[in-house]
Amino acid sequence: MLAVYLRVFLVGGIVCLIGQLLINLTKMTSAKILVTFLLLGVVLEAVGVFDAIKEFARAGITIPITGFGSTLTKGAIEGAKKNGLPGALTGGMQAAAAGLSSAIFFGFLISLIFKARTKV
Amino acid sequence: MLSRTEYLKLDKKIAPKSKEGQTLFLAFVVGGLICMIGQGVNDLFKLAIPSADEKLLGEITSTVMIFLGAALTGFGLYDRIGKFAGAGSIVPITGFANSVVSPAMEYRCEGVVFGVMCKMFVVAGPIIVSGVSSSIVVGLIYWIIGLLK
Repeated sequence: MLAVYLRVFLVGGIVCLIGQLLINLTKMTSAKILVTFLLLGVVLEAVGVFDAIKEFARAGITIPITGFGSTLTKGAIEGAKKNGLPGALTGGMQAAAAGLSSAIFFGFLISLIFKARTKV
Repeated sequence: MLSRTEYLKLDKKIAPKSKEGQTLFLAFVVGGLICMIGQGVNDLFKLAIPSADEKLLGEITSTVMIFLGAALTGFGLYDRIGKFAGAGSIVPITGFANSVVSPAMEYRCEGVVFGVMCKMFVVAGPIIVSGVSSSIVVGLIYWIIGLLK
């Protein structure tokens, strides 16, 4: 149990450290950082190594945005295998529906409730 | 009076180095902690709903984490964490939620439709477009491979 959390911490931390390294070295904006890691997740899932990493690191690799990329891609692959062409098109969004819908809904709700404050 | 090269040398010596190490360390610690919280949420719901499979647990976890990220952004806390955590707060899925809520809140004054709804995906748009498109490309490749078999 404790070992799992330690692995989650280490891998999650390293992923974020790489992100920070990219920011320090290239001055990338946060959108570009997120896209980079998302695509990393897509590639890892596409070549089939994401599950092995996930087995080891659990939330350490699924909580970073790499997990979102993997979910999308896994859905698209499964869809393609199950339903052919339409599955390849719809599978990704179907699998990632939880994340997308909650981001849209909670994002909308929260920004209606709270007013922007002056940046500290 | 210092010459330009002397100044740059001096600047390099005094300024970033230690600070850079610090940003890396903070990104590591905060990012690791956020992932641990995610694992905690996952394990709690595993206890609460014994019948849930891994897929459902993953969906619940990302929903909860996105909610947390959005709510913390609403209270203005997430940006404060981001000030010192850098990528540690950007890369996790809570950072994705932050990138949705932040511009939406900022443009609230331009109205609900043109402010909030339009500007919500100013930052997160590229993430969704690139993610969905690339996953479809991978799906198509797998589909073609399936046809050839």
